[in-house]
Amino acid sequence: MLLSENFRVALRALLANKLRSVLTILGIVIGVATVVALLSIGQGATASITSQIRSGGSNLLNISPGRQQGVPGGGESRQSSHLYYADYELLQRTLTDNISVIVPMSQSSYTIKFGDQSFTDNVSGTAAAEQNVRSLVVTNGRFLTDGDNKSDALVAVLGSQVASDLFGSVRPVGNAISINGVKFMVVGILQSKGASFGSPDDIVFIPIQTGYNKLFGETSTFDGKQTINNIVISVKTTDAMDTVSAEATYLLRHSHNLKPSDAADFNIMNQTDLLNTLNSVTQTLTIFLGAIAGISLLVGGIGIMNIMLVSVTERTREIGLRKAVGATRNQILVQFLIETVTLSLLGGIIGILLGVLTATIFKATGLIASVVTISSILMAFGFALAIGIFFGLYPAFRAANLHPMEALRYE
Amino acid sequence: MIHVESLTKTFPMGDGEVYALNGTTFTIDQGEMVAIMGPSGSGKSTLMSIIGCLDVPSSGTYSLDGVAIENMDDTQLAEIRGRKIGFVFQQFNLLSRTSALENVMLPLTYAGARGAERHERALKVLERVGLSDRTHHTPSELSGGQQQRVAIARALVNEPAILLADEPTGALDSKTGVEIMDLFQRLHSENGQTVILVTHDPYIARHTDRIIQLSDGKILSDEVNHHKILAGTPRAEEVV
Repeated sequence: MLLSENFRVALRALLANKLRSVLTILGIVIGVATVVALLSIGQGATASITSQIRSGGSNLLNISPGRQQGVPGGGESRQSSHLYYADYELLQRTLTDNISVIVPMSQSSYTIKFGDQSFTDNVSGTAAAEQNVRSLVVTNGRFLTDGDNKSDALVAVLGSQVASDLFGSVRPVGNAISINGVKFMVVGILQSKGASFGSPDDIVFIPIQTGYNKLFGETSTFDGKQTINNIVISVKTTDAMDTVSAEATYLLRHSHNLKPSDAADFNIMNQTDLLNTLNSVTQTLTIFLGAIAGISLLVGGIGIMNIMLVSVTERTREIGLRKAVGATRNQILVQFLIETVTLSLLGGIIGILLGVLTATIFKATGLIASVVTISSILMAFGFALAIGIFFGLYPAFRAANLHPMEALRYE
Repeated sequence: MIHVESLTKTFPMGDGEVYALNGTTFTIDQGEMVAIMGPSGSGKSTLMSIIGCLDVPSSGTYSLDGVAIENMDDTQLAEIRGRKIGFVFQQFNLLSRTSALENVMLPLTYAGARGAERHERALKVLERVGLSDRTHHTPSELSGGQQQRVAIARALVNEPAILLADEPTGALDSKTGVEIMDLFQRLHSENGQTVILVTHDPYIARHTDRIIQLSDGKILSDEVNHHKILAGTPRAEEVV
């Protein structure tokens, strides 16, 4: 008997019990849909984190203050550690070969007012080069300049969210805002980068020197030296990153007077390391989500086996008759196996459609990033097929092994 | 030609065994019309399932057209059933929700016939049993007699050596039963089809040429039927 014919017979048998068939495949439908949707969300999360980090610029090293944990002499680690503006100047002076841009950043939270509107946002003191490092696009006006820093200009560039919160429909450029009571002139508005990890949308950028001299006050000095939150270095080539990182470590250890046995009081974070770490986290999460969905597939498979056993019992006489007119053991086996596989494949196909639909809805509503990949669809489909075969074998063997005479006499 | 010799069939029961057949020997030639009779428990059903290759004997030999059957495996038996034997059952055993035509085509499917050939042969055999106008009706749309005709067509479609009918009129009223017996007699006389009827009803048995009586797994008598009833003749006549 041909395979296509077997599928026809299977479809007819399944259509004879429509409601039962639908209920039976529901488990597989839900399982497969969950697998596809969850994998899409996992992969979407990975993709969006990757693109967010990449959108910050490429080949970045981020130096921030702080001791690494778990080092000997834990008592010392309580002592706060700092990066200084002088460190930035040292690196800028010394590391000239391999770096394209180096930017200091000092960030604090302040109340920002325009008219009746008042918000608390992050104010970031920075240099003109920040624009290149973070690939910021100015939609209106201009970004900060080196001149602004030299002249302690009271100017600010607003992230898109800050601008729309404060100004609504008023054109911000040319208006003055008050940051912690100090008046700043808005000179530029940035293009939105979307809500993301470290998005510039919620930040007000001011010249770092203006910040030290007119805004930050005592909070930005330690031991009489100006502190900064971090230094971002954009390295010319990916290959040079390790070299630059080592050089910066050497210079900073030296300027901080650290003994060789001392732990570093700063961290240099490589963008690639960050990507790898985050990707491994999201990957673990994806596998975990997939495993949970896999359990529902397993339960669906058991449901199919249950119904197929009932079906074999109900159709005992039919099986006897088929054997009497010449069906071999194997033909009966294949017939019932194909019935189970048809059920699970139907469930798989409907489940995939449902899963893709769910992922698309998530994406369209902007709630959760999701990416449907061919590999996740193939995996779900393969799962459904495997479950059909695995859980179909036992009922099919039961049917195939029925004694023809006893089957014909079954009441 | 069927030849069985010293056939026994035992079934386990409790600690021991029970003999359903206990040393049965007979020969049925090609083209005979024979009834196997006996009360329930006489072993006639067991004998039928062995002749029909649905089961194998515990001991003894069975040769069908010169081929020894007793030691065949499941797959070989299935092939013999498909090719050489046509079954007709008391309860028809048609596939529900399936048209008469498709029911008749079923044995051809397992025999590996091609689609067009199947269709053609099934139509031809349905015509022989007088159901040309009912080919697309499902069993629930057919009367009992029509259903049994579909079943007979299904039994005939592979042109089997033997037509094996187990109480074929048992589920039918007497008038319809007579029509079915008429059909068996016609198939026998017109085509020389070997027909074996298994029945407990002496009236049905007397429609054949030879009656084998079974009791307790043994042959009680094996005689030519001198008072063969031709189906269709009024029942009153044969009461004498």
